[in-house]
Amino acid sequence: MAVLLLADAQLDATAKAVTAAQKLGGEVHVLVAGQGEAAEAAKLQGVAKVLTAPGDAHGLAEPLAALLAALAPGYTHIVAAATSNGKNILARAAGLLDVMIVSDAIGVVDAETFERPIYAGAAIQTVKSSDKIKIVTFRTAAFDPAPATGSAPSEAASAAASGGGSEWISDETVKSERPELTAAKIVVSGGRGVGSKENFAIIESLADKLGAAVGASRAAVDSGYAPNDQQVGQTGKVVAPQLYVALGISGAIQHLAGMKDSKVIVAINKDEEAPIFQIADYGLVGDLFDIAPKLEKALG
Amino acid sequence: MKILTPVKRVIDYNVKARVKADGSGVDLANVKMSMNPFDEIAVEEAVRLKEAGKATEIIAVSIGVDKAQETLRTALAMGADRAILVQAAASVDEDVEPLAVAKILKAIIEAEKPDLIIMGKQAIDNDSNATGQMLAAMLGWPQATFASKLELEDGAAKVTREVDGGLQTIKVALPAVVTTDLRLNEPRYASLPNIMKAKKKPLDVKTAADLGVDVAPRLTVVKVSEPPARKAGIKVGSVEELVAKLKTEAKVL
Repeated sequence: MAVLLLADAQLDATAKAVTAAQKLGGEVHVLVAGQGEAAEAAKLQGVAKVLTAPGDAHGLAEPLAALLAALAPGYTHIVAAATSNGKNILARAAGLLDVMIVSDAIGVVDAETFERPIYAGAAIQTVKSSDKIKIVTFRTAAFDPAPATGSAPSEAASAAASGGGSEWISDETVKSERPELTAAKIVVSGGRGVGSKENFAIIESLADKLGAAVGASRAAVDSGYAPNDQQVGQTGKVVAPQLYVALGISGAIQHLAGMKDSKVIVAINKDEEAPIFQIADYGLVGDLFDIAPKLEKALG
Repeated sequence: MKILTPVKRVIDYNVKARVKADGSGVDLANVKMSMNPFDEIAVEEAVRLKEAGKATEIIAVSIGVDKAQETLRTALAMGADRAILVQAAASVDEDVEPLAVAKILKAIIEAEKPDLIIMGKQAIDNDSNATGQMLAAMLGWPQATFASKLELEDGAAKVTREVDGGLQTIKVALPAVVTTDLRLNEPRYASLPNIMKAKKKPLDVKTAADLGVDVAPRLTVVKVSEPPARKAGIKVGSVEELVAKLKTEAKVL
C-alpha cells in the first residue's frame, strides 16, 4: 500500500510534505492535478511515482476532492501540505470518504499516530486514527524539504477530476521578488507599531537588505498596513526561519503561534514589557524608526 | 433566503489555555467560555445580509454541551431569529469531532432547507479547519472557504478568499457553504435591549441520537502536552551589539 500526496502550487510546500509522508512507511505517490509541475515533483527524493491528472489549475476543492476520493481505495493515507489549498481540499475529501482529518500535523509518531498543535499552539495533542484511510495535512514549518535529487517515473492517474458548483473568477496576487514567506531563511515582520501602510516600506527595505521575506502581525494586516498573505500567526502563515526579526510587534499569543519555532528570534519594540521579549533570543528596546535604518546600515 | 450559522462554544480567546497535569487535555473547568471568534464573524455576516434585505431568516445551531445555549443566546442577541441546540456531549471535556459535527449539521440542514451556510473557518480550540469542508462534501454542495468578502448574486455567492498567494475570488452556486476568515467583517456587540429580546426567541433542544448520528470519535487522544518552552534570551544595548551577536553567537548572518 502507498501514500497519496496532493502536490501544492508551491514546490517548497510539496517538498516538505514529501519528507513528512516518507515517515508513514509506504511508497509516496505525488498527485499533480493542475497545480505544481510534474517534472519538479518527480525530482523530489523519496517520491516513488508521480501521477498526473487534468485537475484544476485554480485549486478548486470540488473537483480535486472528488479526484482524491476516487483514487483513495489504493492508498493507506491521503496527505498534503497544510497550505490554504491543502486545508480546503483534503477536509472536503475526508467528508466524501467519511473519515476524520488530522490537520496541521507537526510530528509522525507512527503510521496512525500524529502530533498536532491545538489552542493556537498552547498545547500539543497526540492523536491516533482508527479510520480506514488516514487523511493528514502537514505543517510545512515542521519539516525540512526533500532534496531535488531523485527521478521518479510519471504516469496518468486512473481517475479524472469531476464535480462542480464553483467557478474561478480572479486572483489578486502580489508578485514579489522576495522569497516565499513559508520558505524563507530570514523573515522580517512588522506590527501595529509600524503605524501606516507607507511606513511599512521601512520593514520591506530591511527585508531586502537581508534577502528576507516580509511578514506582518494580524494587527498590521487588520489595519491595512500589509496584505493578508503576509500575516504570520495562528490563522495566517506558520513560519520557522533561521532568523525572525519582529519590529513593532507586541507578541499576542496568536502571533507567537506562527513564529515561535524560528531558530533565532530578534525583537525590536519600544515597550520593554512587550510579551515578544519573553521568547526573543535578542531584544532591543527602542523606536523601530530609529533602529531599522541603523540596522540596515550596520549590515553593510 | 434562509441562512444557517453554526456556532461553537469555546474557551474565550483572551484566556490562556493550560494543559491538565494528567495530560488528558486542556483545563476547561472554571474557565471563561465564549463564542468562537470566527463564528461571531459568521453570525455578523448573516445579520448584515438580513439587514440588507437579502436574507429572511437566520437560524443559529450549536452542538455540544447543554451550556452551549448561552452561545446560542449570544447569536440571537446579535440578530439570529431562532436557535437549535444539539446535545452531543455530556461534559465540556468531550469535544465532538468535525466529522460528527458535520453529520449533525447535515441532518439539521435536510430538515430546515437553508440556502446558505455561513460558519467559522476553524474553532480556536482544536484548530481543525475542517467542519465546513466536510459538511459541503456530505451535502454535495460547493464550498467557499476563508472568506474575506461575500456578495450574493442571482442564485450564487461571489466570495473573495484569503489564500496563501493573496486573494482568490470564486463564484459558488447556492446552496453553498461559506467559511469565514478574520477580515470579512467586525462583529457587533449585542446591545442590552437585544440581549433581553434574545431571551424570548425560540431555542429548540435536540440530541445527536434524535438525529440518528453516531458521534463516536475516530481519533483517540493519546495525550496532550505542553509545547517545548522557549526561554527569553538577552536584551542588547545597541544595533552594533545586535549585529555582532547575530554574526558570531547565533551565526545566522
